[in-house]
Formats: sequence, structure tokens, C-alpha cells
Amino acid sequence: MSDVARHEYCAVALADALLGSGELVVSPIGTLPSIAARLAKLTNEPGLLLTDGVATLMANTPPVGTNNVDVIAEGYLPYRSIFDVVWAGKRHVIMGAGQIDRYGNQNISAVGAWEKPTAQLLGMRGAPGNTINHPTSYFIGNHSTRVFVERVDVVSGVGYDRARKLGEVARFHRLVRVVSNLGVFDFGGPDNTMRLCFLHPGVRQADVEKATSFELAISPELTHTREPTTEELRLLREVLDPQHLGAQEVSP
Amino acid sequence: MLDKRMTEDEVVAQLADGMTLGIGGWASRRKPMSLVRAIARSKLRDLTVVSYAGADVGLLCALGKVKKVIFAFASLDSIALEPHFRAARQSGAIEAEEYDEGMLQWGLYAAACRLPFLPTRAGLGSDVFGRTSRIRTVRSPYDDGQELIAMPAITLDAAIIHMHCADKAGNGQCLGPDLYFDDLFCMAAKRRYMSCEKLVETSELSAQGPVQTLRIQRMFVDGVVHAPFGAHFTECPPYYQRDETFQKLYAATAKDKAALAQFVERYVLPNSAQAYREAVNAR
Repeated sequence: MSDVARHEYCAVALADALLGSGELVVSPIGTLPSIAARLAKLTNEPGLLLTDGVATLMANTPPVGTNNVDVIAEGYLPYRSIFDVVWAGKRHVIMGAGQIDRYGNQNISAVGAWEKPTAQLLGMRGAPGNTINHPTSYFIGNHSTRVFVERVDVVSGVGYDRARKLGEVARFHRLVRVVSNLGVFDFGGPDNTMRLCFLHPGVRQADVEKATSFELAISPELTHTREPTTEELRLLREVLDPQHLGAQEVSP
Repeated sequence: MLDKRMTEDEVVAQLADGMTLGIGGWASRRKPMSLVRAIARSKLRDLTVVSYAGADVGLLCALGKVKKVIFAFASLDSIALEPHFRAARQSGAIEAEEYDEGMLQWGLYAAACRLPFLPTRAGLGSDVFGRTSRIRTVRSPYDDGQELIAMPAITLDAAIIHMHCADKAGNGQCLGPDLYFDDLFCMAAKRRYMSCEKLVETSELSAQGPVQTLRIQRMFVDGVVHAPFGAHFTECPPYYQRDETFQKLYAATAKDKAALAQFVERYVLPNSAQAYREAVNAR
């Protein structure tokens, strides 16, 4: 296979965030996370349940960017049921972030003072409930000091410092992985802080540190993001994303 | 048989300044837009709007009808951020109360069940608690002793929703893929108004779809408005998809006062379904 593109490393790293999930609903927000979830289902995690983005659980994995004409329905999951699934914990969400801090507190609500924001973002959506109820990963395609911040302006998704203070009631809180256009992170740093684990090939540790406002922990086993297998590349390029839509969500 | 038919403007005449109004649908999906436009062109003001917000909240903010929004997000789906809502938030023109979207459901459900609150984990640890709302916690009275969010009932003075079919008694039929929370909006409200694409005889409802599509019961409906094309420009599948071109036109009015004035003149002021449709088709 020819050179692997950055967004393909991101897709594989996000698919790996789902390892060990078994039979869970994956809710990927955005195109690249959707590609990754379908890739995981076709490779290591065949038990995953995926929605068509509306209300149908689809047994198959059609390419992204199509109008889901070829969906094989295996279930019905309208919004009402989504929250039931969230609260039952049978879900892994892959969200984005307007801001994220070292503990994984995420902001998709507003930048500036919440009372009168300088930039109103999407709003909390399901981030508070998701993060306190089931596993969460993040995909951030524009890694910069404006996104990876010392302190988020509003906490939508809950980070490890806040979860710890809650104690037993937060026992379902788990941030699995952050994948950015520069690398892959977990929360294995001191006090569950963000830790750089893998650099996408072509990225240096200094590049990541320069694009991050807080001090990153560095994994003692820091290495490069793994190469996609030949089969994964075939699935990505020929089956799941023949239009290369995933590339649009990743800054060079 | 009960006859609850009325026009959009007759619904508006039953609303009052300062009311808390729930609006059904989700983002830019099956919003009761003909009712929203009727409110937008009325003299109503200082509304508190509760919504899985989209163009409904945006348009009402743009026309100064809103004192406060109770929300979890505001989006037009294909346009990620609702531009008029953003402008209203960023200028400080409206008050806000922000929840997780599952909490919003819980608040409506508590109101529907006539309970003061319902417990949930959602919100714990986030800024929903202590910052974007005034929720309190409650301790489990059982052995676990957990402290949970006590999501307060969101009681509505009035609710508006849009269905595919209805009869004049107020039985509503949803033929789309998702009811969203429209039944809860009706159950949480004191006055409930439902617009519909098709107004049919009760005996004809079963011909439109199976019995499990009859999702809105008439004891939760006070007024029925026949509003063909009534969700436009939001989607109303299987009848019609979102009008993306029109939505772009709407979104562009957030940065152009003259364009907004023209939009209102052309599309908000016409008070009949036919006049609106002609205006839309004349683009």
C-alpha cells in the first residue's frame, strides 16, 4: 500500500479506542469518528452496535457520506432510547471538543463567560450525562493551544479531577483516549492527567508540546501510532471512505 | 365529536407575555414552524422557551420574543450552530439556563408525571451543576446513600408540536423516524397545540400508518392546526426533507439586518399556509 495519510492514522487510533468494547452502542460525532467506529466493527470489535445517525441501529457498515440507502436495520433507537442506553452504560461516545484540559474536562458549550459568551458553541448536548455514565473518547482534528487549554471556560464533559471529587457515584466515568491530528493520548499521567502515548508519523514531541497550553505527561513507552494493516487500509479506502471525507476533519 | 381546530393566529391569541413555552421537534427536524412564525409576527414578548433548539428558538430570538432559553444545544443540523441564537447569547440579549439533553428530557418527564424532580447522575461534576442552572442534589434514602442530581420538573404554560397527521379531536400521528420528545412537551404543558400536515377523519388515521404511529393522545391536546408544509424549512420525513437552500437564506439573515427585515416581510408576515408556500416558491 502507498503512503498512509494522517487521517488514516487517526482512524486506526480511534478504532483502537474501542478495543474490548464488546456489545456497546458507539456514538461517533463527526465523519472521521464514524469511519473509525465502522472500521472497528469490521475488524476487532464485530459486536459493536452503530446507528445510521437517525433512529436505526444498522447491522452493516455502509460508506460514510452516503444517504444510508443500504442500511440493514437491526434495531430502533430514537432519541428517547439513546438516553436510556446512556444511563444503562451500554455506550461509548466519541465527541469533539472546543476546549479540553489536562484532566479531560471538555467544553462544547461556550467560550468566555458563560453568562455572556464571546463565542456560543453548540451547547452541553449530552456531554455531562455521557461522561458520567459510560466510556468517552475524544477526537480533535485541530490540535492547538486554543483547544488544549490550561483551563476550559465551561465544563461540559467531566474530567478526572472532578470525577474523583464525586467519589463512588462517578464510578462509571472513564475517558479512554484522545486522538488529535498530532498524536494519541490517554489519562495515565500523574493524577489521571493527559499523557502523550503515540505520535503520528512525521510529528515530533516538540510539535505536540508547542500546540498544547498545559504540561503534558509523556509515556515512558512513547512511540509512533501503529501502522494500519493492509486490510484496514483497504477497508478505509475502498469500503468505508472512498471519497476521503475523513481527511477534511484533520488539519495537516 | 370534539372539534379542536383553530388557526395559528388563534393559538397565539391564547398565549400571553411571559409564558414558558415548550417547542417540539429537534434541531432542524419537524419543528412547528408555522406556529413559530405566528408567534414571531405577534406582539407576544418575554417568553421563556424550552426546546431541543433549532430555527424555532433562533427565529424567536431574532424577533425579540425571548426573555430566556432553557436548552441543551442549538443547531440547524447541516449548519452546526444556530446563528440567531448565537448572536442573542453573545450580545447578552437573552437569559439562559443550560442542561444536558438527557436532563432536559428528565425535567419534562418529571413535569409530565407531576413530580417535583427526578434523580439522575447526568450533570454531576459538570458546570450544569452550580453554574448554568440552579439545580440541587438529593441523597438516596436507601443504603447506597448516593448524592444525585435532582432534576427539577420543567412545567410549561404551553407547548407546540408538529405531527404528520391528526384528527380534529387532537389525536396525533407521527410517521417520521423519531417522535423526539413531543409527547412529553404536551404532557408537561397546561395548554397544548398541535399542527399537522394532514387533517383526517379519525377513521382514516389507520390508513396512514400502523397503530403504533398514533403517539399523541387527545387528552393532551387543546388545539389542532391544519398546517400543510408547516415544518418547513425544517425536515418532516417521509413527507419532505429539509429545505437546505432556504435554511442557508435564513442563516444568512443573522449577519444582515436588512436581509432579516426582508425575510420577515416575505416569509414571517404571511399568515396563511398558501401565502407562505407561494412566497417560498417565488424565491
